[in-house]
Amino acid sequence: MSLCYQCGKCSAGCPVRYYMDIAPNKVVRLIQLGYYEEALKSETPWLCAGCLTCSVRCPKEFDLAKFMDAVREIAIEKGVEVKQENILKFHKAFLDQIKNHGRSYEVGLVAEYKMKTLDLFQDVDSAPGMFLKGKLDLLPHNIKNRKEIKSIFKKTSGKK
Amino acid sequence: MKIGVFICHCGENISSTVDCPRVADVCRGYSGVEYSVDYKYMCSDPGQNLIKNAIHKYDLDAIVVGSCSPHMHERTFRNAAVSAGINPFMVEIANLREHCSWVHDDIEASSRKAIELMRMAIEKVKRDKPLTKIKVPVTKRVLVIGGGIAGIQAALDTANAGYEVVLVEKEPSIGGHMSQLSETFPTLDCSQCILTPRMVEVHQHPKIKLMTYSEVERVEGFIGNFKVTIKKKARHINEDKCSGCGMCITKCPIKKKAYNSFEEDLAFRPAVYVPFPQAIPNIPVIDETVCTYYKTGKCGMCLKVCDREAIDFAQKDTMHVADVGAIIVATGFKLYNIEKKSGDSKYKGYGEYGYGKYRDVIDGLQFERIASASGPTSGEIKRPSDGRVPKKIAFIQCVGSRDDSKGISYCSKICCMYTAKQAMLYRHKVHDGEAYIFYMDIRAGGKMYEEFVRRAIEEDKVKYIRGRVSRIYEEDGKYIVKGEDTLAGMPVEIDADMVVLATAMIPQDGAESLARTIGIPYDKYGFFNEAHPKLRPVESTTAGVFLAGACQSPKDIPESVSMASAAASKAIILFANDTLEREPVVAKVNEDICAGCFYCMKVCPYGAVEVKDVKDMNGIVYKEVAYINQGVCQGCGTCTATCLSKSIELAGFNNEEIFAEIAAL
Repeated sequence: MSLCYQCGKCSAGCPVRYYMDIAPNKVVRLIQLGYYEEALKSETPWLCAGCLTCSVRCPKEFDLAKFMDAVREIAIEKGVEVKQENILKFHKAFLDQIKNHGRSYEVGLVAEYKMKTLDLFQDVDSAPGMFLKGKLDLLPHNIKNRKEIKSIFKKTSGKK
Repeated sequence: MKIGVFICHCGENISSTVDCPRVADVCRGYSGVEYSVDYKYMCSDPGQNLIKNAIHKYDLDAIVVGSCSPHMHERTFRNAAVSAGINPFMVEIANLREHCSWVHDDIEASSRKAIELMRMAIEKVKRDKPLTKIKVPVTKRVLVIGGGIAGIQAALDTANAGYEVVLVEKEPSIGGHMSQLSETFPTLDCSQCILTPRMVEVHQHPKIKLMTYSEVERVEGFIGNFKVTIKKKARHINEDKCSGCGMCITKCPIKKKAYNSFEEDLAFRPAVYVPFPQAIPNIPVIDETVCTYYKTGKCGMCLKVCDREAIDFAQKDTMHVADVGAIIVATGFKLYNIEKKSGDSKYKGYGEYGYGKYRDVIDGLQFERIASASGPTSGEIKRPSDGRVPKKIAFIQCVGSRDDSKGISYCSKICCMYTAKQAMLYRHKVHDGEAYIFYMDIRAGGKMYEEFVRRAIEEDKVKYIRGRVSRIYEEDGKYIVKGEDTLAGMPVEIDADMVVLATAMIPQDGAESLARTIGIPYDKYGFFNEAHPKLRPVESTTAGVFLAGACQSPKDIPESVSMASAAASKAIILFANDTLEREPVVAKVNEDICAGCFYCMKVCPYGAVEVKDVKDMNGIVYKEVAYINQGVCQGCGTCTATCLSKSIELAGFNNEEIFAEIAAL
């Protein structure tokens, strides 16, 4: 944490910065100063797309994307109300695919996400294009040893 | 032998964790100890008198002082012993402070340790032999390496004190980076106007021998007696004949094949050139790599137009030897290459800023040339790409500096000031232009510096934005600078016409190999190390080699000049005596048992080991042995530890003395 000297290069390059309530560097600042509650309540960690631009360009080699992931985990653990509920649902849906198939399964992800949010028509117009480009396989491509993935999930997601 | 023991309390530094009276009592019981006492401040005048009086009263032959580190007061106690008639090398110091009281807190245990340390020193002093200081002669001439402002100042100061100077500069002209600058902060003095008179002074000084387009090849010898080999690179111009008329330059048909490095590659130069009009000496150089004559054997236009027959295509590099007593290293800095693939393999480049890709993204020195009246645009601020006047300009500080991910953790120190100056110059020249500066912190420590930055903000309306820029990209002929104003907590995008990057200062090319040539240490970045960061900032750890300017760490002009004057005065102090005295703690070879394996030569960090021929009665060489040059040896003891036949002894630390210390433990 003390690595960060608040230069703001992360926020400057963040592609989703404009949608965030506070700048990514400010989330770090809040935690540096001990304002955990304010940091955990922020939408910023949930909007973080994990594109790693910040981590790659950080002059202090601070892995902000990883840090944001940790903030999200802690927020869930502490039961902090997540303002962007759909994002949490998407996260869970995505992780479920990994847990079940060992890799991303887009159709399953879409189906689960839509079941959770009940917003059945969101982004539906992009489906045909994706299907034609082979991005939406109807059946999952399972990895060989799915048991191992499951045991990783079991070990790491103890409290949730 | 009668030994005196003196235990210092160092106020409470030692006595708070070591029972000093008890240590003195125990020492009194050791064989050979005639007198033992403890005292609150042994280094004070009364403390020293205590030592002197005891030496007289008890007729002591040697003393052991239990006190602070010998780095602090060994000299004090040796001087006290000398004034009472004892050889200074019959004084041993047991470090009861740094090695004992400061690092322990149990009184009983640390008192026992103090007693052991004392017993070791007592056993050593019993075996010490009186030594006399070594006298070496001094050659009163200085070699100054580097002809930038620091080298110029050091050369002038030494020469004005009456000593000869050899000034070596690798470029065709002296002047260094200062000659490239437009104006200087915080007074906005014209840089060349204040520098060129100094350059002329160097050229005309009877005591200064100027060697431009030359490099130091080899350094041998030691303080007071260096022998330096200097390579004078071939200019292909006879310096004695050339009048500096410049006809060859005007007539040279090769106009656009070589970038002008003085103009930071913003312009071209002919194959025969002087770096800039006020160059000292005003003698051109022919660049073999682009000159047609060296490729085809034809052309020779310069040869035809030179009416003094000064062109000499056949000229070769020549070697020159200079005997000097001191060396002042002033090799300066260069800017770190910020292109995507940094040319300096140690560091990573800055792909995200597009330097090298976008022609209007330039570095600080390039802006200096653009702003300079003698530069490629005659001082008008114009974009390198299309010559348009930029109406919006962004400056970015800390490019490379303070950036661990690129490999440079330090602050380059001068960028805050020169960026403020450059933004100010821009606003003075382009009245309807907007200037933005992205910064992380403003470091404006220095006389009139903070006021200068405030003037840029308050009077010249330069807009400072606190935050590092993430990326620069081109869009519709503009350079989009993506930043974050961390004070407002808002993203910022500037559509600039030109971007200036304040890039980090790094050591000059070849600094590390030069350091190895001279035998001085350098840090992980290649900056030369000073002997002590606080108290010996202009001395290197090698005796007789001094440092000046940005070769030691990033520095601005006044700091470089002060350091240069300080280095010059160090050399002058050295020359105040005809001979030098130095510590006799040097290694000596027992030639009878030396096997001539010369491992010592390989390990000696100072190059003090030489080969010596041993001759029989008829003068025929029958074996080679190692010989240690007492002037060069620094007494580190590496050879002693390496020697397989145990034929090297270090005076004052010989095997007998060391083993006695260990045995006493």
